[in-house]
Amino acid sequence: MSTDHHGLVAHQFNDAEQQQEAATLGMWAFLITEILFFGGLILAYTIFRTMYPLAFVAGSRELDVALGGANTVVLIFSSFTMAMAVHFGQLGKQKLLVGYLIATLAFGGVFLGVKAYEYNDKIEHQHVPGMDFAYHGEFADEVNPRNVELYFFLYFAMTGVHAVHMIAGVVVLLWLIRAARRGAYSTDYYAPIEMFGLYWHFVDIVWIFLYPLLYLIGRHL
Amino acid sequence: MSTASNSLPLEEEPKPNYLTAKYDIASWLLTLDHKRIGILYIITLSIFFALGGVYAGLIRLELLTPAGDLLSSEAYNRTFTAHGVLMVFFVLVPLIPATLGNFLLPLMIGARDVAFPRLNLLSWYLLVIGAITAASALMSGGIDTGWTFYAPLSSRYANGAVLVAIVGVFIAGFSSILTGLNFVITIHKMRAPGLTWFRLPLMVWALYATSLIQVLATPVVAITLVLLGLERVLGVGIFDPALGGDPILFQHMFWFYSHPVVYIMILPAFGVMSEVIACFSKKAIFGYKVIAFSTLAIAVLGFVVWGHHLFVSGQSAYIGLVFSLLTMLIAVPTAIKIFSWIATMWGGSVQMSAPMLYAMGFLGLFTIGGLTGLFLAAMGLDVHVHDTYFIVSHFHYVMVGSAIMGFMAAIHFWWPKMFGRMYHQGFAKIGAILIFLGFNLTFFPQFVVGYLGMPRRYHFYPPEFQIYNVLSTGGAMVLGIGYLLPVLYLTYSLFKGKKATANPWNAKGLEWETSSPPPTFNFEGTPVVTEPAYAYAPETEGEAVVH
Repeated sequence: MSTDHHGLVAHQFNDAEQQQEAATLGMWAFLITEILFFGGLILAYTIFRTMYPLAFVAGSRELDVALGGANTVVLIFSSFTMAMAVHFGQLGKQKLLVGYLIATLAFGGVFLGVKAYEYNDKIEHQHVPGMDFAYHGEFADEVNPRNVELYFFLYFAMTGVHAVHMIAGVVVLLWLIRAARRGAYSTDYYAPIEMFGLYWHFVDIVWIFLYPLLYLIGRHL
Repeated sequence: MSTASNSLPLEEEPKPNYLTAKYDIASWLLTLDHKRIGILYIITLSIFFALGGVYAGLIRLELLTPAGDLLSSEAYNRTFTAHGVLMVFFVLVPLIPATLGNFLLPLMIGARDVAFPRLNLLSWYLLVIGAITAASALMSGGIDTGWTFYAPLSSRYANGAVLVAIVGVFIAGFSSILTGLNFVITIHKMRAPGLTWFRLPLMVWALYATSLIQVLATPVVAITLVLLGLERVLGVGIFDPALGGDPILFQHMFWFYSHPVVYIMILPAFGVMSEVIACFSKKAIFGYKVIAFSTLAIAVLGFVVWGHHLFVSGQSAYIGLVFSLLTMLIAVPTAIKIFSWIATMWGGSVQMSAPMLYAMGFLGLFTIGGLTGLFLAAMGLDVHVHDTYFIVSHFHYVMVGSAIMGFMAAIHFWWPKMFGRMYHQGFAKIGAILIFLGFNLTFFPQFVVGYLGMPRRYHFYPPEFQIYNVLSTGGAMVLGIGYLLPVLYLTYSLFKGKKATANPWNAKGLEWETSSPPPTFNFEGTPVVTEPAYAYAPETEGEAVVH
């Protein structure tokens, strides 16, 4: 076998290049499955928003735009720090790599903290579907509270699935930081950082769609 | 290549192969070898198939008489649901890709393994965990929604552990996604030098198209099941009309996956046909590129026909019209394949060995199954036969008759490669004929009785339909014996069968160039391919050389 087994290339690959290409293509294919996964939610959202437009506006107005907006900014910054981490990973600059990974972790933590605060707020205002849901907002006379509940059902489903992806990302980040501090990555081997970068940007982009869909509808009314 | 491998003598001193490399349990349960994982799948799926078959037997026994005397209505509902859930999600979806696909794909493209061996093993564990979860729901009282989990049957009116069952199906879905993803990357990035896209065996094209569907369709059913589960837990209507939800939305989302899933089952069987028919006709496949592209065409078209399941569900008639047309279009690439296989046999030296006999059975059953699909694509006729035994018969011809027959052809074709043993040809041929006859006896009367108006999913029926049901139940017994027979003679061959040479059928393809069974890393060196696939014709020059 004309294989260069220097430890970093798995047995099934011929060389590092093939391994890197397979990993990259694999990650993109995985992200496509994720798009279809979120696509089902966005389809349900589209249909019910068309069926009950005012109820969705009513539900949306119960959210805190400022907090959602702040979280959007936080995630965009985390994408920037992640891109820098990949950059310095490629250059083999270990300290900067670790630093930017920790910054990404911090931004991710802030996002999840704000999200938790928002969820708690919804629990206090009885805006959690299926748990004594109540709506007393400005459109209370015009909409069926069951339909506002449906909006919040989708709100929790979409942001919840997104948050699960964030939490998974944070766990992987912790693991990457530990490995990076041990010097596992070099100019020859930084694929895990790069692959995780793709994932992190994807989760960021999903939020970029969720934010206007959930927070910004009907603000002109 | 054939000359070299034909004259390969039986090895006097057997070199270690993937089966003899290690023997302990851990070396199987923690293996990263695609061949061993394929074997794990075969064992697992055989168990589920037997279990699903027991439920099928109960259904057929109940329907022997017009009165609902063996099972109560509730028990009957639970029985056909268990049969459907087990067979569809835990047997037919992984049937060929996970078993033989896993075993063969790296061999066929001259690779040492799939691109992500750990992911491959994880897929198997996910399937097992999903199956145990679903089976625990099916056996602890069971569920009565049918395998389709239609809301609000599965939400407001659900009896039993629907939530547990859909969690099981959800987990198994990820097994399917990861297998598909693994195969796509493997085919793109792991091909041996010289193995261009148009030199790939058509089996690989079929696995590629199948994997695309697995990757693109399965996530949609996954999120659908999540929403269904949330609806059930929180009592909020996303699908339940009484709560402001939309039950048709469930059907759209469900069939967006579950129609393409039929092609997940049947496309790999098409791939098997191309391999087996070319080999036993000793002739290059007729219309290689046409078959390759029709495979992709079916995969793509398969995504835009799901609405034909909703003709009577309140879907707009205009949308129905479009779906009807698209459904009929899919018959075109399918027919192209059938004609290509027949043209391959034409003028070849056709040899009716056991795998070929199974393949012939496939052609017969699939033609009937496919053509009756056209009846159902016609909106007017569909209203008449909707939810009757006509439908039951149609999809059994495709999903069981064809997909399982394709699997049988495949396992008989590659058995010597997998285990290095030959099975008894005579018994195998009897098995093929029994399955073919038993299958037709079981399901052909159902076309008739369905057309006459017998609805599916009832455990009693008017007495004038009894003769058809007696025939059907009798056929099911023949079919059961037909499926049991291969288990016996194949198992026997493992211990007592004649040792197989590297290429017992004189077949073309990289998998036949390595020893039977192959070594752990498949090839002695990386093979280099210099000829097209199916170079059976004597005038074709060029050899695949192993460096």
